[in-house]
Amino acid sequence: MDLLLDSLSTALRLIITGDRDVLSITATTLFISIISITTSSMIFIPIGSYIYFHEFPGKSALITLIQTLYSLPTVFVGLMVFLVFSNEGPLGDTRILFSKAAIIIGHIILISPIITGLTISALKSVPAEIRDTAVSMGANRIQTILAMIREARYGISTAIILGFGRAISEIGLAIIVGGNIRYNTRTLTTAMSLETSNGNFELSMALGIILVSLSLGVNILVGLLRERY
Amino acid sequence: MENLRPLTAYCLLNLLGLLVLVGCTIDSVETDNANLPHLYDDSKSLRVATTTSLYDTGLWDQIEHIFENQYKLDVEFITGGSGKAIQLGESGDTDMITIHDYSREQAFISNGYGNSREPFAYNYFLIIGPEEDPAMIRHMDAVSAFTKIIEKGKENPGSVRFASRGDESGTHSREMLLWEKAGQKYDDVRNSGRWYIEAGSGMGALLILSNDESAYTLTDIGTYLVYKDKLELVPLVSIGEDLLNIYSAIAVNSTRHPNVKTNLSEIFIEFLLSDETQRLIASFGIDEYGTSIFSPVAGLSDK
Repeated sequence: MDLLLDSLSTALRLIITGDRDVLSITATTLFISIISITTSSMIFIPIGSYIYFHEFPGKSALITLIQTLYSLPTVFVGLMVFLVFSNEGPLGDTRILFSKAAIIIGHIILISPIITGLTISALKSVPAEIRDTAVSMGANRIQTILAMIREARYGISTAIILGFGRAISEIGLAIIVGGNIRYNTRTLTTAMSLETSNGNFELSMALGIILVSLSLGVNILVGLLRERY
Repeated sequence: MENLRPLTAYCLLNLLGLLVLVGCTIDSVETDNANLPHLYDDSKSLRVATTTSLYDTGLWDQIEHIFENQYKLDVEFITGGSGKAIQLGESGDTDMITIHDYSREQAFISNGYGNSREPFAYNYFLIIGPEEDPAMIRHMDAVSAFTKIIEKGKENPGSVRFASRGDESGTHSREMLLWEKAGQKYDDVRNSGRWYIEAGSGMGALLILSNDESAYTLTDIGTYLVYKDKLELVPLVSIGEDLLNIYSAIAVNSTRHPNVKTNLSEIFIEFLLSDETQRLIASFGIDEYGTSIFSPVAGLSDK
């Protein structure tokens, strides 16, 4: 219990005093997660909708595959990205291994199935009447699709929250392709792992508390947006 | 027109995201290095793969700070076991490696990945174990201690145990070497019963595990000092040539990978071997642990 209370006060102290390392780590984490989730939402919400609104052979197999990829191991994706961007890999000349960009690419791969799959599920749960009503009111194809997406917004925002949660909390990929470099690619999770192995349990817990608080903040924000729209 | 609103919103979102992405690709390193404006240039940034025991003590953070101010270069450390560091050096993903694994260092150089090995600090490994010392190894030399541990461990796996890193680190390499010197084949050792615990984890985690299991283990002194207060295990064997632990730096050769910055690593190595840095290494840790963790290499015979 002592450790927990101490870590809580450490977390508060670090935030209030604006500790340079903690600020950098927190900024890096937020930066990476926000870019990853924005980019994947932009690409994969439309792809999910496209899959839902089109009939093609192998559609249900594709959906099963997408849902299977929810459980892609982070270390596996990390290793894949590492091998591709390693100096000897096919894209080694880009020199982006051990940078934020490499982590972002990995995160996009990691969360794209979640966004795509949950967008499909969200659209599935929209009652058929919505579609019929839209059509009967003379809506064209695009308008009908937009009306359905609007109805599915609650489910789609859940997809975004889950994707964000996976990006902000994963460590396997960030440590492999980011390298846990101080003032550059050190994120809250990789810093926690480092501090734990250095025996600084209190600091590690404090960083964990900051991570959960960030997540809470994002969820509150999404909650407010949901109420509004 | 009500239905057009989400479409417009989506387009705006796309545009915004695109802008952010472009900003991010232009320089993904920019955000946190705001106070080091001249360092974005990739040619001024040196990447070092280092063994964890050097990084975790905080030695690199201190040296990095002085070096960066003096030379206006950016040093980035990537930590891992010696095995990982070697791998990153071989693929040219880092410009330099700092490890403590003599035979692997030799192989690295003879395979043409590096020019020369430059020892810059050393200390000793410790064999630690329970205060009661059930295998009675106190004050023995390292090889006899290992011989005793395996003998007693096989006889009595309930009370004599040994915990191994099992992770291809420099410390793990040394452990395997010690088993060999004790006349054992490593594969036989690791399969010889439940007295031998193969953890596959970092040094800190292994110390905690050994403490819980009251097991003997081999540790570098730096990590041991960091964890000392959390442990009931005590150092039992701490001197002797077999426990000598030399940290070396190797500049990765740019003949295989032209984009490797050998020139920068050579500057950093020269800095490591300078009198001033060697003095810093000698005194590092005294403030925090009451004893120094590393000895400077000056006076160390070629090994």
